[in-house]
Amino acid sequence: MGLETLFGHSYLTTRLDEAVNWARKYSFFQYPFVTACCGMEFMSTWASTYDIARFGAEYPRFSPRQADVLFVVGTVNEKLAPVLKRVYDQMCEPKWVVSFGVCATSGGFYDNYATVQGIDKIIPVDIYIPGCPPRPEAVLDALVKLQEKVSRESVLDRKYR
Amino acid sequence: MNSYLLDAFKARFPEDTLETSSFRGDETVVIRKEALKAAALFLRDELGFDFLMDLTAVDYLPRQPRFELVCHFYSSKHNYRLRLKCPVTAEDPSAASLTPVWAGANWFEREVWDMFGIRFEGHPDLRRLLMYDGFEGHPLRKDYPLKKRQPRIAHRD
Amino acid sequence: MTDRKRQEFAKNWELEKLENGRMVLNMGPSHPAMHGIVRIELTVEGERVTGSDVEIGYLHRGFEKTCENVTYNQCVPYTDRLNYISPLINNVGYALAVEKLLGIETTPRCQYIRVIMSELSRITDHLTCLGASAMELGAFTVYFYLINARETLFRLADSVAGGRITPAYTRVGGLTRDLPADFGQKAAEAFKVLGKNMADADKLLTRNRIFYDRMHGTGAVSKEEAIALSFTGPVLRASGVPLDVRKATPYLVYDRFDFDIPVGSNGDNYDRYLVRMEELRQSVRIIEQALAQLPGGPVNYPDLGVTLPPKEEVYGNIEALISHFKLTFEGVKPPKGEIYQAVEGGNGELGFYIVSDGTGRPWRVRVRPPSFTLTAGLSKLIQGAYIADIIPTFGQINMIGGELER
Repeated sequence: MGLETLFGHSYLTTRLDEAVNWARKYSFFQYPFVTACCGMEFMSTWASTYDIARFGAEYPRFSPRQADVLFVVGTVNEKLAPVLKRVYDQMCEPKWVVSFGVCATSGGFYDNYATVQGIDKIIPVDIYIPGCPPRPEAVLDALVKLQEKVSRESVLDRKYR
Repeated sequence: MNSYLLDAFKARFPEDTLETSSFRGDETVVIRKEALKAAALFLRDELGFDFLMDLTAVDYLPRQPRFELVCHFYSSKHNYRLRLKCPVTAEDPSAASLTPVWAGANWFEREVWDMFGIRFEGHPDLRRLLMYDGFEGHPLRKDYPLKKRQPRIAHRD
Repeated sequence: MTDRKRQEFAKNWELEKLENGRMVLNMGPSHPAMHGIVRIELTVEGERVTGSDVEIGYLHRGFEKTCENVTYNQCVPYTDRLNYISPLINNVGYALAVEKLLGIETTPRCQYIRVIMSELSRITDHLTCLGASAMELGAFTVYFYLINARETLFRLADSVAGGRITPAYTRVGGLTRDLPADFGQKAAEAFKVLGKNMADADKLLTRNRIFYDRMHGTGAVSKEEAIALSFTGPVLRASGVPLDVRKATPYLVYDRFDFDIPVGSNGDNYDRYLVRMEELRQSVRIIEQALAQLPGGPVNYPDLGVTLPPKEEVYGNIEALISHFKLTFEGVKPPKGEIYQAVEGGNGELGFYIVSDGTGRPWRVRVRPPSFTLTAGLSKLIQGAYIADIIPTFGQINMIGGELER
């Protein structure tokens, strides 16, 4: 990065939280749990025009065990709810959850026998993105908000569940 | 105004054809459910209806007979569509399976069983399709409340 | 356990019954190489699939039941979310179905706009299908190219309908709004991007050895089998059956355009890919012709019992006010009856079967989803193939959870 030429063989001091959070927030490995329509906007966010890579979160890990952020993209119904819970349980700490779109947030306009009225009935959620589906700009905004949230956390605070 | 097709149907199944009608260009034949399979074979083999486009059911709750099985056929040879319906009673919600005639009927029938609780005799593997195992009732029946929730069932491998 | 209960439970595999060398493998519900939530329970012998059971229902959201409880126009936003990569085709199909029930025909301008928007949706549908399927085969660059083209089309749809993916553009008897004045120019610009990106994708894929080897000969289905399984759309056409609802039973003004129906010969994934690529070009052709022929005039059916009157009239005219009130609260009231209307969706025949009891709410709305039969036939397509062949086959049948499970 060129920093080494600037500082030579010296060292930097910082708080542990700062250093850890800095590393965490710019290298989210996400697990896209894509179920429905929102997945199309998720694809758009991912692709070249909106380019989520600018925020250091471009790399999807399709194994929950290697992921930091669970993106729940789309409607979750009663049949899928146990699957989502299991995926969440498989993720290692520290982990965050983003609820993408109104269906994941509150069930949206699907209020019937089949749909779960918000994934927060099943797993804890950190960031909610409204919209049906949310525009890519809203997703990027949510990502920045998640980064802010991560930078406010302390390594000591996080309860290891 | 009945077309040639509806007349042909009446001539072949004089006893079993309950009603023929035409509404907005859609031609409909209502037959007794006992003749469903024979009628489907007649459509496929003799009238050239090669596609079973759709198979579903409708619940007309207060009415007797309560259910109606609705099949939509399409003939790519003659470029013609036909709707075949048969009433199914609430006391005996069952009908003959069309899966031996059209392989594509398999999932349609499973969905009808799942959503309406109409059994198909002779279906190779009649299980729920959209809802999970252990779900009670059939959601598309008119007496199933829209917002009725059921206890969640743990995921099984 | 009662007999009925026992039958309702899924047939569970038992390890003891498996012969030597066989293994049961669960693919999904959330599988890395497959878009959409579906679970395939495979029985494999080494790398070969000897049996499979496809389980769906992970995106069942009660569309049909919900529609029975809202007015006809309130169903339109739900139809957006059936096939969410070609929402406008669903909108148009649903509106056409209700109009058929009412026995009305919309204005010529409205019909042309509906054709244009349907074809735009078909392009986004095919782009997504090809892009995602290429990505799953490792051609990540192609995905970026095609999604870039899709993005420009989403923006075009956004400028018309006010929504990128869920526009809810049609109403019974018309549209929410007319095309913007600069639509033709914007469309031409978007097609330039589309042409460029498609040419890139074409060069990267069509004669690519790896892509060809993985697509050619895999997931093949014969003409007769495809018909027996009720396949429609690009998958059926790849098997050599030239069936397209737009040509066979033309709806709207499709009979006024000059376009071709591409047909394959082998019925394998490579043919499906070629058919979809060609359909993209044909859709552009249709839109260009439609834009050239686009007539003027209103876009809404001029009947206060069907479409909402303009806002100025609602505020200045008692009849319009009453009709506005009645349409909003009670909805359009088609006569008693039932109809089936088919349109050509991205994946095949999209049919709406609507039963009306004469009130403002449909008694039954049934959707005949094109990917339903395709997914039902998936077991057949992957029988005897390698596990790796499932990925291109699944990509090419283009399962869309929203319409598959509604």
